[in-house]
Amino acid sequence: MFGIGLLKGLFTTLKNLLGPVFTVQYPNKKVGLIGALKFHKKTPFQFLKSQPTEFFKSLVGFHEVPEYPSQASRFRGQDFNWFEDRCTGCASCAKYCPLGIIKIETTPSSRDKKEGSSYDIDVFDIDIGRCMFCGLCVEACPFDALHMGSGFERANEKRKGLVIPVDELRKAVKTPSTWFRPQMEDKNYKPREKEAEIKDWHDIGRHEQPSDEELTERWVNER
Amino acid sequence: MGPVRESFIFEFLYCHLSLEASCSSVRVLNIAFIPENLSWISFILTAFFWIFVFINAALVGVLALIWGERRLIGKFQARLGPNRWGPLGLFTPVADAIKVMFKEDIEPTLSDKLIYVLAPILMVVPVFMIFPVIPYGAKTFLTNISVGVVFVLAITSINSLSVLMAGWASGNRFAIIGGIRAVAMLLSYEIPMGISAAGVVIVAGSLSLSEVVNNQVIPNAIFQPLGFITFLVASTAELNRSPFDITEAESELVAGYMTDYSSMKFGLFYLGEFMATIASSAIIVTFYFSGWRGPTFIPSEIWFLAKWIGVIAIFIWFRATFPRLRIDQIMSLAWKGLFELSLINILVLALMIAIWPDPSGMQLLLMTLINWVVFFLSIYIFGKILSPNLTGNKIKKRSVIYGLD
Amino acid sequence: MSTELVTMNIGPIHPSTHGVFRMRVTFDGETIIDAEPIIGYLHRGSEKLAEERTYTQVVTLTDRMDYTASMTNNQAYILSVEKLSGITPSERGVWLRMIAAELQRIAAHSVAIGFLINDLGAWHTPLLYLLREREKILELFEMMCGARITNSYLRPGGVFMDAPDEFWPSLNKFLDEMPNRLDDIENLLTDNEIILARTQNVATLKKDDAINASVTGPMLRASGVDWDLRHRNPYDYYEKISFRRPLGTVGDNNDRYLVRLHEIRESLKIVEQCLDLIEPGPVKPEEVPFLVRPPEGESYVPIEAPKGELGFYLVSDGGIAPFRCHVRAPSLINLTLLRDMVIGYKIADLFVTFGSIDVNMGEVDR
Repeated sequence: MFGIGLLKGLFTTLKNLLGPVFTVQYPNKKVGLIGALKFHKKTPFQFLKSQPTEFFKSLVGFHEVPEYPSQASRFRGQDFNWFEDRCTGCASCAKYCPLGIIKIETTPSSRDKKEGSSYDIDVFDIDIGRCMFCGLCVEACPFDALHMGSGFERANEKRKGLVIPVDELRKAVKTPSTWFRPQMEDKNYKPREKEAEIKDWHDIGRHEQPSDEELTERWVNER
Repeated sequence: MGPVRESFIFEFLYCHLSLEASCSSVRVLNIAFIPENLSWISFILTAFFWIFVFINAALVGVLALIWGERRLIGKFQARLGPNRWGPLGLFTPVADAIKVMFKEDIEPTLSDKLIYVLAPILMVVPVFMIFPVIPYGAKTFLTNISVGVVFVLAITSINSLSVLMAGWASGNRFAIIGGIRAVAMLLSYEIPMGISAAGVVIVAGSLSLSEVVNNQVIPNAIFQPLGFITFLVASTAELNRSPFDITEAESELVAGYMTDYSSMKFGLFYLGEFMATIASSAIIVTFYFSGWRGPTFIPSEIWFLAKWIGVIAIFIWFRATFPRLRIDQIMSLAWKGLFELSLINILVLALMIAIWPDPSGMQLLLMTLINWVVFFLSIYIFGKILSPNLTGNKIKKRSVIYGLD
Repeated sequence: MSTELVTMNIGPIHPSTHGVFRMRVTFDGETIIDAEPIIGYLHRGSEKLAEERTYTQVVTLTDRMDYTASMTNNQAYILSVEKLSGITPSERGVWLRMIAAELQRIAAHSVAIGFLINDLGAWHTPLLYLLREREKILELFEMMCGARITNSYLRPGGVFMDAPDEFWPSLNKFLDEMPNRLDDIENLLTDNEIILARTQNVATLKKDDAINASVTGPMLRASGVDWDLRHRNPYDYYEKISFRRPLGTVGDNNDRYLVRLHEIRESLKIVEQCLDLIEPGPVKPEEVPFLVRPPEGESYVPIEAPKGELGFYLVSDGGIAPFRCHVRAPSLINLTLLRDMVIGYKIADLFVTFGSIDVNMGEVDR
């Protein structure tokens, strides 16, 4: 009959009307009382005592809770994490970048030379405004000093603000993504969890730090 | 003053203002202060008050429809609609209105000034005249004119004139082409609408809208499905909505009649289209869904409102589901499809009412059954005989074949 | 009464052209007399840039050519590099490549069908349903290689890193749910009388015309020609997989839509067979150096990309960068047929036809 295709279409749309919504409301979504209690994991009385204005706001549906889309641990974020104590200033990352956006200036080092000579890094600028986040610089680093970050909220009003200077790289909170670093995935590291900050390179590097016994064995007993 | 005084809500306010003796039974509060020989003052005051109320209610309804349509289409598409401005996005129509008002008002130099300014006004203003005529409840209506059906159909066809004026006055050759195509579509769909409405009048026995509702024992949507479907499709075309929205489509190349309008003039076109949607839904509820009738444990105004929202949701459902038809297919559908179907409907109805002039009980059920059989038979025949040539192509359901190894 | 011909420019910025594409169209009333495409608005000089980058860096350039189908672009390029330098890829790498390519085919066809129906005027509803499925595929890609669209997943010799552990259960879940969603979408679209009326017998392309114009891909198969490079000229491990080729009968817009829809189903079957046959192992052979330096020579390995036959013609002179890299872009060659297909039909059919050829301007202009 003539209209059967049209009716089938109408019923498919109706089925989707009654189904779930696919939107992720980033960054905040407004919830009512039940959603607020589920998010904060409190009883209504605790919620009223701890945040009274938010309680009343949630009664009218105005309480905001953050919501983020799901992110894989290998996500190449728009961020870089750099561990200075492993960087030797070899500039392989700068050489391998297809766009040439990493700028490195070094001076001969005054540090102790435990694993080969290294340089002091004066300038290490990465220009995110032109970066395509391909990760070839991370692939090129032989010492696992440079990692891709996992953040993506780096919008800025000026183009100069999109260049990451070396001080920011030194001081930033490091939550690297596990891209091209299979040793981090073996340790089940997830950058988006609550306490995911890496403070010591040895937690995520490819080489294990030798234990005190091994060091004693090597430097004392082998003499 | 006769037909107007039948309106309960009008009479209520009139009597509270005037000291007329015949009003004493209606007065609840004692605020009457206008003497009897000056009763025309109370008439004018009451009229202005109710006009004010109805116009504002219509405009608030348009705001609600803008919000509701965008949220509902979002839900059909598994996403949320606008949800940032205000709780649940309720301030979005306000943001829309402010945006439209603040745009620059560009006037093309080649335009015909008077008609250019008049066209959007003509789109919006006549639609306000439909709202007073419709019965919203058992005794809630503003006026009850004795030719309600014809009045309503006449008002809904004024927008064709407005479209033609808009297309002509823009002075732009593509706007004229777009306007003429739109007017051709609008005029072609007036005829199935009128003939289906005639089917409703045959059953009701009178042209007045209150009589149409009072005489609908079975809702006309079930009683005459063929008439209902033709009226619904013709209404969708009259409103320039999907699947007949060639005038609003950017991907159809030829710019529509609205292109040269900006700022508030465009806002008026937009407003007029939404108000026409609300008005057409109210008409469909009155004609085909038996208006305010329903079980009496809920007041009749609430029934009317619920049915009204349901019919608007049906229009939004059509918009979310169907793609667009081409202009020659739209004309073929009107003249080779809906026209014949509405004629068959009116023929069968007229024969049945001639045989059984005052149907009740078993006769009604028998008539309903005959109407449904005619409905399925005519859609089947229409599909088989007319549709292969209807749209200019021979359409057949098809599937792929697979390559042999 | 005489009529005059109207020439109109459908500019590079238009809601219905898939990218920046310009056409100069001449009408007589509503019928199209001539349609002249003008391209080059997205030219970025990829072929010249490739001469200054090493073979591994060129992979990042190739994903940006046909940006809706990065994995297959990478696959075409890497196969050419492997033939040029004589590298034998590792087994697990090849199976992962094939899974990625078929998932990418599903995503690219979803975009093609979705935007075709969007041009027909269905106010984004089928588009959003299909993009919802594509979101799930993009999340799978994010798990595998860190990026959703411009993945540079492949390297000479295989794949750059193995898929993580959470990838396989998600893939199984996706494969279980997808056929139901496809049935849903077919209910909405395939038998819809409005779509049938708009797309049947419009812009018919006959078999001989298609073969003479070197059209490839779903457009060729919709005209009835039984040609699929995965069967005729198998690359990777496609000989070990069995799947069918959907063919059209008439060659109009409706057939092109139906062929793409059925190819999505066939791709799901291919992924399931790959999952059965994949074995654990290394994803890249150990002896492939960081900088690939192929001997002098040239190579061209065509593959069946979602848009047609895609191939990279590489010429090497022994250095670390290709001497010349030319791309046989299927969208450009299929686009040359737009004019002949659309003459004689109405204005409203122009964009529907353009959508059904499935052109991506990143590939046309490179």
